[in-house]
Amino acid sequence: MSENANGEAGGPGLRTRWVELAVALLIMLGGAVVVFDSMRIGAKWASDGPQAGYFPFLVGCALILSGLAVVVGTLRHWSRLAGSVFVEYDRLKPVLTMLVPTVVYVIAIRYLGIYVASAVFIGAFMVWKGKYGVVPTLSVSLGVPIVMFALFEIWFLVPLPKGPLERMLGY
Amino acid sequence: MEDIGNLLHGFAVALTWQNLLFMLVGILLGVLIGVLPGLGGANGVAILLPLTFSMSPTSAIIMLSCIYWGALFGGAITSILFNIPGEPWSVATTFDGYPMAQQGRAGEAMTAAFTSSFVGAFVAVMVITFLAPLVARFALKFGPPEYFSVQFLTFCSFIGMSREPPAKTIAAMMIGFALAAVGLDIVTGQLRMTFGTTELLQGFDFLIAVIGLFGLGEILLTMEEGLAFKGAKGRIDAKVVWETWKKLPRYWMTSLRGCLIGCWMGITPGGATPASFMSYGMARRMSKDKDSFGNGNIEGVVAPETAAHAAGTSALLPMLTLGIPGSPTAAVLLGGLLIWGLQPGPLLFVEKKEFVWGLIASMYLGNIVGLLIVLTTVPWWAAILRIPFSIIAPVIVVICAVGAYTVHNNLFDVFMMVVFGVAGYFFKKLRYPLAPLVLALVLGDMAETSFRQSMLLSGGNVSVFWSNGLVGSIMTLALVLLLWPLISRGLGAWKQRIRAAEDRAA
Repeated sequence: MSENANGEAGGPGLRTRWVELAVALLIMLGGAVVVFDSMRIGAKWASDGPQAGYFPFLVGCALILSGLAVVVGTLRHWSRLAGSVFVEYDRLKPVLTMLVPTVVYVIAIRYLGIYVASAVFIGAFMVWKGKYGVVPTLSVSLGVPIVMFALFEIWFLVPLPKGPLERMLGY
Repeated sequence: MEDIGNLLHGFAVALTWQNLLFMLVGILLGVLIGVLPGLGGANGVAILLPLTFSMSPTSAIIMLSCIYWGALFGGAITSILFNIPGEPWSVATTFDGYPMAQQGRAGEAMTAAFTSSFVGAFVAVMVITFLAPLVARFALKFGPPEYFSVQFLTFCSFIGMSREPPAKTIAAMMIGFALAAVGLDIVTGQLRMTFGTTELLQGFDFLIAVIGLFGLGEILLTMEEGLAFKGAKGRIDAKVVWETWKKLPRYWMTSLRGCLIGCWMGITPGGATPASFMSYGMARRMSKDKDSFGNGNIEGVVAPETAAHAAGTSALLPMLTLGIPGSPTAAVLLGGLLIWGLQPGPLLFVEKKEFVWGLIASMYLGNIVGLLIVLTTVPWWAAILRIPFSIIAPVIVVICAVGAYTVHNNLFDVFMMVVFGVAGYFFKKLRYPLAPLVLALVLGDMAETSFRQSMLLSGGNVSVFWSNGLVGSIMTLALVLLLWPLISRGLGAWKQRIRAAEDRAA
């Protein structure tokens, strides 16, 4: 993976050095947010020990410094990292085909309830990525929510988010 | 000798039909979790935690810890048969395990892996049996400065022992601390970093982080690698097992070293993953034919597996006796104990004897049951791995979502789980270690509270951390571990200079 010594072997893709920089800058940004909020609530050493913001303030500073160290490290090896690819574009596609439906699924839980959303999610994924027929798709996509329902609502009495369908069925 | 009596009593607690059944279910679930990509010891236990709320605490912890043993065993199956480490600590097992499988010696490799896992875990459980009561008795005298020093030691040993770049280890740990600080400050009652939102009042639960980072993050990585499970056939019969067992005593030295490294790394939280690499490296360095390593040397399976299991098991020692987890999974188990109203720490050994010794007894039994189960059921697990990923992936995502929801019955947590998943994908690829992040998230509040309590005691004087021999030596040890990379480099340079001087003299 990252030990792609010559780097030219893989296809075009996101360069590791840019991703490295972006993540380090995000960490520094997060650190800055932490520092500002800590100063708001008091980050000094009072007579009875540290104030509420004292530790977060130091943590924020450490975040900024460690992010900075990563940035400096990346810049120092800038040319050596030139060939290193974080993810090739044609490998990024399968990652997104997983991530985007997952985000849609999580949003759908709010409106459809977790059982219906799960059935649709699993079913759609199997048809789309696996090219399965009707019988295997339906058996898995309906089987999993039904097992979940039995396990959580009936057996262990842990309520999961429900939507219009469950309300119609009287749950 | 009182402890032996307690242990026997513990066996009586663990050996009820009900608990044996939970043990069996736990091991089977654990192996399944260990075999499936995206589900591992830490997030598997996290997802199943809510299901155990209605059980008695003893049965629940027995089942959950057995899931953990099962996951430890399960990781070896995928490493050997498919060259896919199901768990980070079984990466080192692939080095020699997979070549052995390619040579048609999969049965031998798996028997060796399972048996040495068993040996490692067994030694670690014995260490827990004899050491835990002593540590607990000792820790009864601990005050806030002592607790802070042990927590400080935990963080320092992570930075010093990490295989990842130190800047990234520190960054990961600080992210954990920052996330832990979000929400209500217990000491002053002020709100920190909530930015006026009600969702953040409670702060971040590390269980959500664990499910996202290790679960969804892993699934995204697996999607990228485009796994096609093409593996060797996994068949084990009694003859292979017997033949391998006859061979194994020859490697007692490797095994012993693995146990020592594992127990040490587990108790001072280095974790199972570095322990397995260290043990593998040691075995190769000490071996007479170094070249056979990486080409299917059975010692290369024995070494990492023994160490990984010894570390994974002994990580429970600081968790039980001090309330300080040594690994992400131990942290999840700690979270479980708190939810059942059991406060881990030295008092647990006084007030809940039955629970503690029942758990320790179940570790012995669970590992024996686990060994028998994995040896007899390997072909089934191999078959599960042949289920296409386009079915497994969405099902695991659904399981992660359910797991994240049930922690607090909160949909916001499911969103956060996805965010953590994406972060986990980037962090893993850029070699930011995840274990320090999770442990800092768990221990952050605890460490801060004990630090501030110490400050209240001493009136704001930091020298309280060197006020007596005990706390002083722990703090000093922590600083040594923190600076270990620098110290070892310095020692190396010094040795080289001496050698150069000797050469000149000769």
